[in-house]
Amino acid sequence: MSAKTTNVLLVGVGGQGVLLASDILSQVAMEAGHDAKKSEVHGMAQRGGVVSSHVRFGERVWSPIIPEGGADVLLAFEEAEALRAMHLVAPDGAAVVNMQRIIPPIAAGKDWDYPEDPLADVRARIPGMVAVAARDECKALGNEKMVSVLLLGALSASLDFGEDLWRKVILARVPKGTGDLNWKAFQRGRELAAS
Amino acid sequence: MEASPRQETPLRYLLSGNEAVALGCREAGVHLGAGYPGTPSTEILETLARMVPEMYVQWSPNEKVGLEVAAGAAMTGARAISTQKHVGLNVAADPLMTLSYMGVEAGLVVVTADDPELHSSQNEQDNRHYARFAKIPMLEPSSSQEAKDYVAAGMEISERFDTPVLLRLTTRISHSKGIVEAGTARPVEVKGFRKDYKKYVMVPANARVRHAVVEERLEKLRAFAEETDLNRVEWGDRKLGVVAAGVGYVQARELLPGASYYKLGLGWPLPLEGIRRFAAEVERLIVIEELDPFIEEQLLAAGIACEGKAITGLLGELTPGRLGKGLAAAGLLADAPAPASEAATVLPRPPVLCPGCPHRSLFVSVKPKRGNIFGDIGCYTLAALPPLQTIDTCLDMGASISTAIGSSKVATDGKPIFAAIGDSTFLHSGMTGLLDAVYNDANITVLILDNRVTAMTGGQEHPATGKTLMGKAAKQVDLPTLVKAIGVEHVQVVRNHDQPAVKAALDAAIEHEGPSVVIARAPCALMPVKIRETPYRVDPAICVGCKTCLRTGCPALSLTGAMTAKGLRQVVIDEAACTGCSLCFQVCPHDAIRLASEEVPA
Repeated sequence: MSAKTTNVLLVGVGGQGVLLASDILSQVAMEAGHDAKKSEVHGMAQRGGVVSSHVRFGERVWSPIIPEGGADVLLAFEEAEALRAMHLVAPDGAAVVNMQRIIPPIAAGKDWDYPEDPLADVRARIPGMVAVAARDECKALGNEKMVSVLLLGALSASLDFGEDLWRKVILARVPKGTGDLNWKAFQRGRELAAS
Repeated sequence: MEASPRQETPLRYLLSGNEAVALGCREAGVHLGAGYPGTPSTEILETLARMVPEMYVQWSPNEKVGLEVAAGAAMTGARAISTQKHVGLNVAADPLMTLSYMGVEAGLVVVTADDPELHSSQNEQDNRHYARFAKIPMLEPSSSQEAKDYVAAGMEISERFDTPVLLRLTTRISHSKGIVEAGTARPVEVKGFRKDYKKYVMVPANARVRHAVVEERLEKLRAFAEETDLNRVEWGDRKLGVVAAGVGYVQARELLPGASYYKLGLGWPLPLEGIRRFAAEVERLIVIEELDPFIEEQLLAAGIACEGKAITGLLGELTPGRLGKGLAAAGLLADAPAPASEAATVLPRPPVLCPGCPHRSLFVSVKPKRGNIFGDIGCYTLAALPPLQTIDTCLDMGASISTAIGSSKVATDGKPIFAAIGDSTFLHSGMTGLLDAVYNDANITVLILDNRVTAMTGGQEHPATGKTLMGKAAKQVDLPTLVKAIGVEHVQVVRNHDQPAVKAALDAAIEHEGPSVVIARAPCALMPVKIRETPYRVDPAICVGCKTCLRTGCPALSLTGAMTAKGLRQVVIDEAACTGCSLCFQVCPHDAIRLASEEVPA
């Protein structure tokens, strides 16, 4: 096992399922035998605020927070949030971005506009960025509520965990009766990231 | 029973600090837990209610009551825990200070969950001072594992030294998950109430004697601090020695892996002699602590040279970025961890009231009354932000009513004076303010925002919800009856979303001389059930782009790219987010908003 800590930063907007995804990821990391820590701040998130969850794993993890510029992989559930997190990603970091824009009420005022093309800006920094239309993909599979799991599938291509472990943890976490469909969503995400 | 011959692998869980404290309660045989919800402490009692059914847990109307309930259990020889956020301990400070004199019969651990960086609080006070103020020992876990282990350690210290013990968490400890190895649950018997006049009746003659006991206890605790393995030295490079506790320790370990450490688990009283010996062995001594120079000042007072706040600063959370900059400036890090690129300027997402939130409907009616609106602590504080901007103050739990009274006694501008307070906050500490308003005949209008839940902290039960923390049916306090019993004569109950009724009630209340109460009643849009009624839709043939609906601040509304003839952008409703509260429909001056079920030409 490498002594280096792996840092995965998950960002999005309250209600998108960021915390479910980071829960599953950190559980997978622990069950793979790593020391693992995960950190986020609850409270205001439910009210449409920014959500960011830090997942760190390796031989020994001290701080629960990823240092600035230290994220090896970014998983963004929302386009502008991917852009906001750019400075936290390592120079050689990878990114998976969900193609979804959530425009906050503040954009209706004079002071702020939603960024023109966040995906292009992220790609300029991270040429290998993987963009996934997770909602459309989930809709095609028959259930829109699997965005978190599909995005984890896309993320999984950048991490070194076995499919069996992912499957076990995901099945334990998703609502009963949706296990098979969620597993399909995970595999679809993995496939999209690989292509 | 025979001992099992095989070695059991301990169960390992990924737990938040709060969940770990709950597991620690189970393992330490804690019998009772009581508290009031408050970020970041809330999940401790919630986890206990869900996962430890054998333990009795309850929400109390406020933290003072919660701590007293826990103290009563401890006096009765049962291990007990009281939980609250940092500012909650201010409310519970009265019993805390004298509980220190009384001591305990069985273990009593008082959890304070501080919020450096004010993620969800009105200040970032450093509650370590309470340990010294109340002269009680304090434990400061650095990880989820320690959060669990320190409950049992705290109970043992509490019983051994006959004192309440402060367990100090911070947001980053409470809400970070880490691996916890479970231990075995140890049932502890309830000893029962033992009458002891001199110990439990704090009249001056007894308390005077107990003060001396407290000072003697402190000396014993100081000796204990020197020997306990809750504190430990970890030798590394002796060029640099670091004294740290809580989250400061892990942040320091991250950035200074090679240094020597004096790691404190017992954050107060400090092992000053141990630290003095440690200091003598290292070339340079630094203290890594969040917020106040609590450790640093004690070391300096003891004549132990060290640096601290000059490196870490006094404000906010000690993130790796912030700490790294301080360490680099002090020449302790070769290269400050620098971001790979500048932070992009992306539009902010200030938290907003949810779509369908009943508070929005109320404040849309209150705003045109041009009053001074004394606010309180809860989701409705968000109404202070644009575009609503209808709350003028936010001080502490219950302060809306009392500050409104004070203002009403001196104000000369003739504006109506409102106090806006939620149902849970009213029951927490608004009732006494209202009693004051009646007693001293204050000409104010109190708006009780009755959404029947403690919403801001995630939907906890309270005395008006009809359910306990453990899920049992409970007697439900009737707010109109309660308010009338306090002596308010002008009491009205309205439905928040009914704009004409709310406006009429506000006018009548303003008209009334003396205290009046408007109970604005509508369930929270999210809890206990997410409200989903027929959504509304904008008719693009009618919408003139006047933005009246947008000024309600509902996040389900946004501007489209579609332009009116006059070049104004039209509004669209996100039907998946719309709860069907009808506020936008009611405020639209052009009747451009209709139920989505009615056919609107696309």
